[in-house]
Amino acid sequence: MIHIVVCIKQVPDSAQIRVHPVTNTIMRQGVPAIINPYDLYALEEALRIKDKLGGFITVITMGPPQAENALRKAISFGADEAILVTDRAFAGADTLATSFALASAIRQIEKSMPVDMVFCGKQTIDGDTAQVGPGIAKRLDLELLTYISSVVSVNTDKREIVVQRRSEGGVQVLKTRLPCLITMLEGSNEMRFATMPNMIRAARATVKKWDRVAAGIEDPGKIGLKGSPTVVSKVFAPTPKTAKAEIVQTESNEPQDLAAALLMRVFTRFPHVADEVRKNAAV
Amino acid sequence: MSVEAKKPAGKKKFELDPRLAEYRGIWVFIEHERGAAHSVSWELLGEGRKLADKLGVPLAGVVMGAPGEATRGFCLEAFQYGADLCYLIEDPLLNDYRNQPFTKGMTDLVNAYKPEILLLGATTLGRDLAGSVATTLQTGLTADCTELNIDPEIRSLLATRPTFGGSLLCTIQTLNYRPQMATVRPRVMAMPQRDAARSGNIIEHPLSMIETDIVTKVLEYIPDQNTSKVNLAYADIIVSGGKGLKKPENFRLIWDLAKVLGAEVGATRPVVQSGWVEAERQVGQTGKTVRPKLYIAAGISGAIQHRVGMDASDVIIAINSDPNAPIFDFATYGIVGNAMTILPALTEAFRLELAGRRETAAA
Repeated sequence: MIHIVVCIKQVPDSAQIRVHPVTNTIMRQGVPAIINPYDLYALEEALRIKDKLGGFITVITMGPPQAENALRKAISFGADEAILVTDRAFAGADTLATSFALASAIRQIEKSMPVDMVFCGKQTIDGDTAQVGPGIAKRLDLELLTYISSVVSVNTDKREIVVQRRSEGGVQVLKTRLPCLITMLEGSNEMRFATMPNMIRAARATVKKWDRVAAGIEDPGKIGLKGSPTVVSKVFAPTPKTAKAEIVQTESNEPQDLAAALLMRVFTRFPHVADEVRKNAAV
Repeated sequence: MSVEAKKPAGKKKFELDPRLAEYRGIWVFIEHERGAAHSVSWELLGEGRKLADKLGVPLAGVVMGAPGEATRGFCLEAFQYGADLCYLIEDPLLNDYRNQPFTKGMTDLVNAYKPEILLLGATTLGRDLAGSVATTLQTGLTADCTELNIDPEIRSLLATRPTFGGSLLCTIQTLNYRPQMATVRPRVMAMPQRDAARSGNIIEHPLSMIETDIVTKVLEYIPDQNTSKVNLAYADIIVSGGKGLKKPENFRLIWDLAKVLGAEVGATRPVVQSGWVEAERQVGQTGKTVRPKLYIAAGISGAIQHRVGMDASDVIIAINSDPNAPIFDFATYGIVGNAMTILPALTEAFRLELAGRRETAAA
């Protein structure tokens, strides 16, 4: 039996975030919270391995109390157990402090059952850093496999795994040892639907809540704002360019006149663009 | 951009830990794969040059690879793009990228030569390496920056990046940790001029590792078929469409114009999510960052998520029926009108112009 830990994060649905036009602050009200979409590829891949080899999936998140909803959702997809690492002391954590806290919590999980694999999404949609996965791997001394497009085979006897990894210009086929940490690439699989029994299980499940001490963290200086080397010194809205677009108009405002007028202006004022267009079109 | 660096809590003037004062100089990781350097490395040298001059320190390239002409060649190229010196680790174990030996090489170099700033491309390789190196060195790392600057008073890197899905920007500093690390996406920084006369010193360093130390083995490498690859990031002309085109059939008008211009086709995230075009064509926060000479945006409102991926374009032409669409706030030229009628007219205008030129040239 294989034990897989899947790290997820509850994030605001970024497609629905708006910035207040006057105060330049994020308007969070009414923005739905979802499981980071990239994490679903990680969870589905873990579920597939469990389907094939049998096993146990622990899903873990660090976040505010309401992140429990994300964990229940994960159980409804088929995860076996859920742990919410939550404590005010974690607030303001950057990626280094976050990976420290999660790595410490995973060590606590290991005390009851050894961990063979850790899965993460390739990045989150709110932070976009792609650093927490590698951070956890380094801290737990797991073999790090990022941007995995496919888990080709898992051999539990030999404790070996073969994966396909996306690199800039191609695909690497890698073989490594368990335990390992995998960050899954988007589009690598498709999340299953929650089954009725799993939905009932999710509703009834007890989500374990771990504070700093329960997560095995002795030194509060390693977590939250204190444990974060980076500080946000300024948050601001993108400056609107001082010059707005020059709106092209003609007497008739007919499409062909507008098009001709536009083209003439671009080619006259930006000869290098005209050159590029001619060069490109000639090929 | 002027940024006021907020000093850490306590309001007293920030003072760097004296033990960190010996960290000096700016490093750029020179990424290469299959014998070719990734151009983000040269873009970072261009930006790194400016930062190094502000701090009055040397700019170094870091090259790791298998022994041979090609690997050394990247050092020479780095000098031409602005590096003053290069740190070089040549070892057969570095032939393919693997996290373990590259992390070891980079952390050893940092511990030996102590740079104050380390920059890497926000590519799959760069992010894999940066995350591991920062955790191993226990320092701060700011991902996916769109702007870099220096607070000269406290020698601090001001790393600005989009946050909250691109709705806002934030400036991040790594105060009492060294090196200060940042990754930058390809095409965000301008490509510097190459100066063939420039050269510099190469400082060699060993990789203290043997193959049996490395757990992960590369069984095979399957290169992408270049023919089907969309090369949006490096296109000089891009025609992009958004949901303002209303129907997937209308996206053909984008392809028609792109064909006449010899341009690449781009799209917004909603268009990709609706399956009108493949995901490789998405421009913006969760897609590609582009920097073409000409960007034509039709039926695109100009939401910040799209804007961060394309507003470094030289000339932006926006076609939108809504005169208040945000795209008109930063486009160069705008036409307020129906993209479905403007696009064919524009295609025809370019076709006639280009045909006319050819006739003139022939005459």
